[in-house]
Amino acid sequence: MDESRRNFLKVAGSAAVGAAWAVPVVKALAGGGKTQTWPGGRAARRWALVIDVNKCSSPAVQRACAEACHRVHNVPHVPEHKHEVKWIWSTGFENAFPEQAHHDYRRDLLENPVMVLCNHCERPPCVRVCPTQATFKRPDGVVMMDMHRCIGCRYCIAACPYGARSFNWEDPLKYLDHPRPDYPHRTKGVVEKCTFCTERLARGLEPACVEAAVRVAGPGAMVFGDVGDPNSAVSQLLRTKTTLRRKPGLGTEPHVFYVV
Amino acid sequence: MLEKALQGSRRYWMWIAFLALVILAGFAAYLYQLREGLGVTGLSRDVSWGLYIAQLTFLVGVAASAVMVVLPYYLHNFKAFGKLTILGEFLAIPSVIMCMLFVFVDMGQPQRVLNVLLHPTPNSPMFWDVMVLSGYLLLNILISLVTFGAERRGVAPPRWIRPIIILSIPWAISIHTVTAFLYAGLEARPFWMTAIMAPRFLASAFAAGPSLLILLCLLVRRVSRFDPGREGIQKVAVIVTYAMAANIFFVLVELFTGIYSDMPEHLHYFQYLFLGLEGHHALVPWAWTSQLLGVAALVAMFFPQVRRNEKTLALACLAIFAALWMEKGLTLIIAGFVPNPLGEVTEYSPTLVELLITFGIYAIGALVLSGLYKIAITVRESLKAA
Amino acid sequence: MHDSGKIIGGLVIFVAGLTFPFWFTLAAGQADYRPDPERPTGQKHCVEDTAYMKAWHMDLLDHWRDEVVRNGQRVYLPDKRWPCSRDEDCTGGFCQQGSCRYDMSLTNNCLECHRSRARFCDRCHDYLEVKPYCWDCHLAPEEE
Repeated sequence: MDESRRNFLKVAGSAAVGAAWAVPVVKALAGGGKTQTWPGGRAARRWALVIDVNKCSSPAVQRACAEACHRVHNVPHVPEHKHEVKWIWSTGFENAFPEQAHHDYRRDLLENPVMVLCNHCERPPCVRVCPTQATFKRPDGVVMMDMHRCIGCRYCIAACPYGARSFNWEDPLKYLDHPRPDYPHRTKGVVEKCTFCTERLARGLEPACVEAAVRVAGPGAMVFGDVGDPNSAVSQLLRTKTTLRRKPGLGTEPHVFYVV
Repeated sequence: MLEKALQGSRRYWMWIAFLALVILAGFAAYLYQLREGLGVTGLSRDVSWGLYIAQLTFLVGVAASAVMVVLPYYLHNFKAFGKLTILGEFLAIPSVIMCMLFVFVDMGQPQRVLNVLLHPTPNSPMFWDVMVLSGYLLLNILISLVTFGAERRGVAPPRWIRPIIILSIPWAISIHTVTAFLYAGLEARPFWMTAIMAPRFLASAFAAGPSLLILLCLLVRRVSRFDPGREGIQKVAVIVTYAMAANIFFVLVELFTGIYSDMPEHLHYFQYLFLGLEGHHALVPWAWTSQLLGVAALVAMFFPQVRRNEKTLALACLAIFAALWMEKGLTLIIAGFVPNPLGEVTEYSPTLVELLITFGIYAIGALVLSGLYKIAITVRESLKAA
Repeated sequence: MHDSGKIIGGLVIFVAGLTFPFWFTLAAGQADYRPDPERPTGQKHCVEDTAYMKAWHMDLLDHWRDEVVRNGQRVYLPDKRWPCSRDEDCTGGFCQQGSCRYDMSLTNNCLECHRSRARFCDRCHDYLEVKPYCWDCHLAPEEE
């Protein structure tokens, strides 16, 4: 092509690239206020959850926990098994602890289901693989989900050794009769999982499952607290009771502990 | 030069029209998937990657295989590949385009795809996969346009293209290594977490891609007056043979480690693939066909008579391509999810929507390939006539 | 020039087509239409003042979103300080150290006053063909 057309295209291209820089400059001019945490919110060096398997063995407790969590977070109940969305649920002991369970294990442990959920690992493989940091680890140990950034690639699901994550294969609103407006539901095409109830922790409350477990099975059924504080209830529990973690050999350092 | 893709015989346009129909059907199916969500596929909470990502994995290999003709020609002056290299590069371009399309249709929120660039994440192999695939596409487009454009004008290509061509060689290796790294670092999936994943991917890539290249060369010779060269095709056949031998060796090595160690967490996957697990055996026929067909084709390719007879060569290459597609484009990815991390089995089979979208993307690849090959053929024919 | 009739004719059609939205709206008597979002009653003030909100509400919400989800902050102290002596002075917020502070939440703060997205947000958004995807996940107290 002739010189003048080529020049025009070069100038136009450079101008377009240059104009793109205007956007962040304009946004910076927007200004804005300051932000802070909610007064009375709970903070920790490292959150952890301890589930007493013996106290939480009955289906009533486990159902109460799952229902509380799923209700408070608008988790849809999808009838199609392949498209299930679940943040906390019951499974067999051998499924949760394949490295410990054997044929002649303690009878009551083998016969009762246990609750499983995201373990909020210290070295989470899901965070390592997420290409957009839509899932990320907070300084207090919670492995969080940013639904706005998730592109739905499902790499995190492939990477999770505990099967803790669910994808929205369909529009969840189809399966939510009366969604609670105080917490958003999700849209199709994003991944979701337990977030240790950060919105409740921020207001000084216990996670929904912990509250339900204690209500149905009594104090100590599930204990949630700061394992980074040596004097906390969870720290003392971990030091005095025998606990299991799921798939400890993988080195993910899960922070959901099971008292057996 | 590009306008040559728009000039063709009746047969050419019939082929393009057929591809357009397939693309249209795939596009309609994709709009349906966009509206309803990825639940219209056969994917599930347990098997969260299926046909789409498996095609990405397979086609990255085909794209990388261009290096098998580029390296001998540009690095070692292997003249027999002189007329082949452009066909290899023109195969890489649609392959990478298809890879990107398969990723795109697999995403739950495709309109957010730019988040990968807005929030770069160097610890994620998927971030790097996006980077290296995009780079490889640009490299191949640049290299083929510059070298072929120069050839058409009857001049030598400019000196600055040579370092870029040399760069494309390790880059080709890297695209398939990074794709293997998507799988090989996941402690959650013992089937994939093996160091041999990357070498195995490369070996099967260098068998599958060049097999397809041979088939395309034979086709080009049949439909046009351009002959990519018998000697070149024969040497590519040798490369296919060695690569397939390496690939089968790697598969056997994997089988040994899994079976001899007797570790359930490794055994279960091979059991599911070759024997069925807990009554689930959807992949068993595919796994056996893939391995047996591959071994049979490899043994055939050992014989120079089979390679020299272009009919038997074509059959063997087709068998190798099919066997490797079944291995990488089907069984490898799906079996990684069975059983799930809690030891439960959910099977997967693609739905009609999934198949239509897959065929649509393959048709787009075939369309780009046809256009590029049409350009190559037309230019080479007119150069020969001149 | 050659073919001047065709060129000028083509240009006229092109300009007419390009300016169609303008003269058609004028002819239909809609030129003075302004979208009219329903204003909440009984509240003293919003988180920021109206001019700021008109220009920057989408930016503010983006900022809130990142602060809440990614940084664990939930309380907003506006640039423009709203002085207060007790919580009731700050509709939708609380009073701390003499300034109003607000929950950084679309549903639990903004929509507490602007209770219906259809009668507030959508009025301008529909007119301008703006489709924010907030509503894919966030709910309004009144869906009509």
